Amino acid sequence: MRGTADFIVETGAEGSAALVLTGPLLVSSIGAIDHRLRAVEGPISAIDLSRAGRIDTVGAWTAWSLSQHFGAPITGASAEAERLIAAISAVDDNTASVAGHRLPMLLRVPDHVGEVVAGLGQGMLLVLGFIGQIVLASGTLLRHPGRFRLRALVHQMELMGVNALAIIGLMSFLVGIVIAQQGAVQLRQFGAEIYTVNLVGRLSMRELGILMTAIMVAGRSGSAFAAQLGTMKLTEEIDAMRTIGVSPTEALVIPRLLATMLMMPLLGIYSAAIGIIGGAALSALTLGIPFFTFLARIQEVVPLHDVWVGLIKGPVFGLIVAISGCYQGLQVKSDAEEVGTRTTAAVVMAIFIVIVLDAFFAVFFSEIGWG
Amino acid sequence: MSSAPACAEAAAIGSEADLFPIRVRGLKNAFGDHVVHENLDLDVRKGEIIGVVGGSGTGKSVLMRSIIGLQIPEEGTIEVLGSEITDARDDDDIDIRCRWGILFQGGALFSTLTVAENVEVPLREFYPEITDELRHEIARYKVLLSGLPAEATGKYPSELSGGMKKRAGLARALALDPELLFLDEPTAGLDPIGAAAFDQLIRSLQQTLGLTVFLITHDLDTLYEICDRVAVIADKRVIAVGTIPELIATGHPWITSYFTGPRGRAASAASERNAALGTVADGA
Repeated sequence: MRGTADFIVETGAEGSAALVLTGPLLVSSIGAIDHRLRAVEGPISAIDLSRAGRIDTVGAWTAWSLSQHFGAPITGASAEAERLIAAISAVDDNTASVAGHRLPMLLRVPDHVGEVVAGLGQGMLLVLGFIGQIVLASGTLLRHPGRFRLRALVHQMELMGVNALAIIGLMSFLVGIVIAQQGAVQLRQFGAEIYTVNLVGRLSMRELGILMTAIMVAGRSGSAFAAQLGTMKLTEEIDAMRTIGVSPTEALVIPRLLATMLMMPLLGIYSAAIGIIGGAALSALTLGIPFFTFLARIQEVVPLHDVWVGLIKGPVFGLIVAISGCYQGLQVKSDAEEVGTRTTAAVVMAIFIVIVLDAFFAVFFSEIGWG
Repeated sequence: MSSAPACAEAAAIGSEADLFPIRVRGLKNAFGDHVVHENLDLDVRKGEIIGVVGGSGTGKSVLMRSIIGLQIPEEGTIEVLGSEITDARDDDDIDIRCRWGILFQGGALFSTLTVAENVEVPLREFYPEITDELRHEIARYKVLLSGLPAEATGKYPSELSGGMKKRAGLARALALDPELLFLDEPTAGLDPIGAAAFDQLIRSLQQTLGLTVFLITHDLDTLYEICDRVAVIADKRVIAVGTIPELIATGHPWITSYFTGPRGRAASAASERNAALGTVADGA
């Protein structure tokens, strides 16, 4: 029953041409002939609808715009067609831009670069402002400890700390195995396989444990912070909090920040321990170093300050992950797409700064003699 | 776009499916132990504006979601435009979704597209053969038909006010010239002037385009001004359908208190005043 729309140009007795539309003029059928209709050349003296079937607003629009184009009247329209054409013709301004406001191609690139640069500068100021807010809120909480949200803190510690144990454990175990295996291959050339213990132990404690944990927490929790706070911003939950006198920084940011700072060193040590166990397991299987001998050797070759290095870096990395997550989340303003870009930015920013800082820490600790 | 869904054909004129575009029989909806609907029946006649009312939490929106296939009911059958929704699958060859339009409560506009691009989405999906030029033209006149100014076409939803979002949502709902229009609380959150204008817009579009409108509302003015019939949901089913005087005549306590409470009386009086002045008929 769908039928197909079509048209013919009929030349009358006195040489005037009429454009006759036939078949159903519906959104489902017009698409097929629109191309050819636009190619029709004038002059046309009338648009004849007397042989047309059912019609909807798309058909009415087509007939009406043809009649405007050729300056020809519409003839033979049914009552329904006339009603629709009357409704359509009431809205005759059909020139507005469909796409959003866009610059020409050549200008778009410098425009975008400018925006990024200006955004970087502004972002620095905003981050500084955000850190200021956190300091102020911490001061308030120190003066009024009763307002501190212990339940929120414990909840966040469970979400970002306890729930991450399995994945961080598995990851550290595998990394421990890889380091032991690769280290052993190289050290074997000097007959110094026993130094695998030093390699695994010191690397895990100083660097890998805390760095891998920070990356994992940035991916798991930094992104979650940004998405949670961003969505709360969109649904006006954060505005609602402000109006009833609850500071979002106190209620949302501080618990997440503290939870991350407290859990990060613990997760880092845990990760290092599992990494060492992974190395020990591999050594027992392939290098012939018994499992417990490996662990005992760790005690002898890993100086205590290596543990401190890991423990000092932990809260700092945690702070960075939490601040970038919360900051990006609270910057969300317009729509769902922004939640996505802000979440990505939170994770990228956190991992980048963590790695840069880790390099600074490495230099710093070796300078103070903790190499 | 090789997999563009084919659009279902219109039902034969005079058939059951043509006279009653929506038929619900023995509907049961439950979330866990909480039963929302049980044994719910409803027929919607072609070409009418039916208003659905009920207290908060009686499942008005759940009923609409079931009819449009977003909520799978536990029991019962729902026929929309002659096809059984309860059997419909996303990958069905024949699609009735090109024959209805839905306005969600908050507009539900796609936030990364402009208003006109939002209107173009259903057109692209169902009729990829339509040229870009014609599609832009269709989008523009639909936006204008919905009562938005021309400059709104290129704006993003985040730049629009609540009332404009609803009009943009209506433009998208009307994109395919549907036979059936579903409106979820179209006037909620609008100022009284905006709400009255929106009512008149729906009325005039319904008359011009010959739509059947399924309307969920709490707005008594809307019910009095534009609804041909009203369906009342209570006790997990539709307890009565009819014009407002017919409903009041049933004497059901909830219906009585709904329509003859202070707000109901005020809306009724306003409607009579408007009718006397002739403002309803010509929509001025």
